[in-house]
Amino acid sequence: MSFFFEVLIGGLLSGVMYSLVALGFVLIYKASGVFNFAQGAMVFFAALTFVGFLEMGVWFWFAFALTLGAMVVLGLATERIVLRPLVNQPQISLFMATIGLTFVLEGLAQLLWGSQPHGLDIGIQDEPLGWISDATGMNISKFDLAAAGIAAALVTSLALFFSRTRIGRALRAVADDHQAALAVGIPLQQIWGIVWTVAGFVALVAGMLWGARNGVQFALTFLALKALPVLILGGFESIPGAIVGGLIIGASEKLAEVYLGPYVGGGIEGWFPYVLALLFLLVRPEGLFGEKHIDRV
Amino acid sequence: MTATTRRAGDVILKLDNISLSFGGVKALTDISFDVREHEVRAIIGPNGAGKSSMLNVINGVYHPQAGTITFRGEVRRDMNPHRAAASGIARTFQNIALFRGMSVLDNIMTGRNLKMKAHFLEQAIWFGRARREELEHRAKVEEIIDFLEIQHIRKTPVGRLPYGLQKRVELARALAAEPSMLLLDEPMAGMNVEEKQDMCRFVLDVNEQYGTTIVLIEHDMGVVMDISDRVVVLDYGKKIGDGTPDEVRSNKTVIDAYLGVAH
Amino acid sequence: MLYREAGQFKASYAEDQQIFAIRQDRIAVGALLVFAFVVVPLVANQYWLSAILTPLLIFALAAIGLNILTGYAGQLSLGTAAFMAVGAFAAYNFVLRVPGIPILVAFVLAGICAALVGILFGLPSLRIKGFYLAVATLAAQFFVVWALTKFGWFSNNSSSGVISAQKIEILGYTVDTPAGKYLFTLTIVAVLALAAKNLVRSSTGRAWMAVRDMDVAASVIGIRLMQTKLSAFAISSAYCGVAGALYAFAYLGTVEPEGFNLDMSFRVLFMVIIGGVGSILGSFLGAAFIVLLPIFLNTAAPLIEHGLGLQMPPGFMSNLELIVFGALIVFFLAVEPHGLARLWQIGKEKLRLWPFPH
Ligand SMILES: Nc1ncnc2c1ncn2[C@@H]1O[C@H](COP(=O)(O)OP(=O)(O)OP(=O)(O)O)[C@@H](O)[C@H]1O
Ligand SMILES: [Mg+2]
Repeated sequence: MSFFFEVLIGGLLSGVMYSLVALGFVLIYKASGVFNFAQGAMVFFAALTFVGFLEMGVWFWFAFALTLGAMVVLGLATERIVLRPLVNQPQISLFMATIGLTFVLEGLAQLLWGSQPHGLDIGIQDEPLGWISDATGMNISKFDLAAAGIAAALVTSLALFFSRTRIGRALRAVADDHQAALAVGIPLQQIWGIVWTVAGFVALVAGMLWGARNGVQFALTFLALKALPVLILGGFESIPGAIVGGLIIGASEKLAEVYLGPYVGGGIEGWFPYVLALLFLLVRPEGLFGEKHIDRV
Repeated sequence: MTATTRRAGDVILKLDNISLSFGGVKALTDISFDVREHEVRAIIGPNGAGKSSMLNVINGVYHPQAGTITFRGEVRRDMNPHRAAASGIARTFQNIALFRGMSVLDNIMTGRNLKMKAHFLEQAIWFGRARREELEHRAKVEEIIDFLEIQHIRKTPVGRLPYGLQKRVELARALAAEPSMLLLDEPMAGMNVEEKQDMCRFVLDVNEQYGTTIVLIEHDMGVVMDISDRVVVLDYGKKIGDGTPDEVRSNKTVIDAYLGVAH
Repeated sequence: MLYREAGQFKASYAEDQQIFAIRQDRIAVGALLVFAFVVVPLVANQYWLSAILTPLLIFALAAIGLNILTGYAGQLSLGTAAFMAVGAFAAYNFVLRVPGIPILVAFVLAGICAALVGILFGLPSLRIKGFYLAVATLAAQFFVVWALTKFGWFSNNSSSGVISAQKIEILGYTVDTPAGKYLFTLTIVAVLALAAKNLVRSSTGRAWMAVRDMDVAASVIGIRLMQTKLSAFAISSAYCGVAGALYAFAYLGTVEPEGFNLDMSFRVLFMVIIGGVGSILGSFLGAAFIVLLPIFLNTAAPLIEHGLGLQMPPGFMSNLELIVFGALIVFFLAVEPHGLARLWQIGKEKLRLWPFPH
């Protein structure tokens, strides 16, 4: 039984990190209606840039600030070069454009920093917490716990940002109705700039955590893809949805791997979340927190 | 010609105690009325009264929570769009619902899809029945194109047409199915006087030449009173009047609703 | 004044409905076919035939498949490569396990297998749209590759799922030269492209486009959404399946499931976007563009290096390729959503007016 809980908790903790990536998607989707497929590439880009600076001998926090700056520039450029010319195009075109953006970011990141994998040490070890092992016999990684803590803090502060600040409220207005927001004088472009910046920040944090855990390498972009089933479960517009969805995906894929995997030859983590999300969609197409709606004609 | 001289046959569509709601919004409450064969039946009412919802119930886009629909003697809880189309009900929409990526011709040809029987393998080799059908239906479609006077825009992508012509193409698409009942949701909205006159003429011609039963939503009272045989009045999802244009015009509740008297 | 339709009157609807309604177009297409079938095999060298033209045609076929689904029926898919993989492995297994099966029969069956898998993963499209569906097709991508790798039966128990496609034999004649494989591919692709063109200009194709453009209106006309979407998934996947089989049998010879990865799916998607969403011609143009661009870049690189006296870092070209592809996608979506096919058409219109532009 304690093994079950160990797997479950490990899964939940890594699920938090999926949530973190999913959060970036949700932010951009809410504010601009764009499903930003490039969020994963942004995570990769941020992680690689950060490591790149570190390896050049730049001080940790300074590297952090520089990378964040790069992400802001990137976000603003994306808004300018990719989104603005495509405004009023069908959503699906915007989505495909962000696939293009994904390729640009992946190429650019590797062009600037090289293609070889890097290790990243952010000062927290990936080892079991002694006192938990002693008390319960379960191995819970110190790193996972810390990462989950950081993610939780980030999510909370974002939630506060959206509900308490003026900009946050403007953002929500934009999300609810672009036209109306424009009509009452909310500067849409400025808002989008801010959102992409915040999404860049989230990508950086996610990239650092994932990078520290699995190494900074191209495979990060695939990890980020796992955020997609999370979104399907949680709905594209819901921050709580992203969090709960992440937890469900994280926990279920680990449990499935451990308990189902052996029967089918293992390695099912790669597709299980997608199939789970797919089955879920068949039952509840509007997602966990979405509302059912009937197309108006 | 006046409305009264037109023949009206038996009741072919009967709606009984239809109620429809979306979440908390009651779009239709306990509505009953009928439509006779060959007549022009108008549905009027202020914005949000539930007129479009009514049409959507008739051809199965919305499914009412209560009530029954009787079409040509068959009693049903609700319709589904395919069955409605197959039994000869066609439709235009309040907000133009053309296939924007296709030409006028293709849009109208699509209206005849249900009549095309060739298998996709036959179509893939463009042989036999597939080829024959394509030509036969093209000829039919050309008749409709002539009828609605849109020959000159045949090959134009519908997205490039002005609003009034788009509405006409939508009517053409509906007519292509050779329907026995045509549901028109505000076919003249947003048109200038001349375009409205054309549209009225088309609607009446269809009704007379083909005997098509017409259910029409329209805000322009002049038009409604002119061309319809009977009128249903909805307000806040309830039926508040039903009868000939003259009866409806003198109905106290209807007058109040239109003049905005408090409920 | 060579390219002019003046004086060509259409006397019947049959003439008006031809694929190439203008005489000059018919002549040009005829010439192109003669060139592709006769001249190319005679003059092209081995490298061009087996490393460029054959894969180009195969990818064009896959792009037609994806275009049917995405361009015509409006259902975005990111799982193209998975359906190609199904086709490749199915064809391999039919030839392996059914003694004496003619290769074309095996290909047809492979297409049918891919169609079935396509229908399975298309089922969610009945309830979800747009990028929700795109994510669902990722399930196909990852699941299929995993299953082909994990279950040894599919690859006759070779390690990590690698298969070596059998020889192509037609009526006792073995097709093993580059020119032979090219002609084999060309024939299949030409026939299937024509079939696709016929489909999209008949009621099946109109139903797809209707569902793509306005599904409620389509259903009100009597088009069954489920049947239409699933038929698009089935036929699209069948095309991809045959493309996959050709990829294994006529192009690489040896393939593994991992070769049919997400990257390949994206590549085909890019062909569709750049070539022209909703255009059969565009599928060819897009495939040509995406296949030729890296070759062009790689040929140009040493020249530039030499010319400027620079040394490019390793991986430079492949990363540059990513950037160029990505940027082109954004460019085409923003500037010419109908891709190269539309540019081609505009060019023709210009030519039609030339030399008197009014
Ligand atoms: N798909 C839907 N989802 C939610 N509410 C709906 C839907 N369709 C209609 N409604 C609601 O039902 C009510 C009736 O709407 P309906 O469109 O039928 O009115 P209408 O009489 O056609 O008005 P108008 O003259 O403005 O076209 C409205 O309150 C509308 O908001
Ligand atoms: Mg209405």
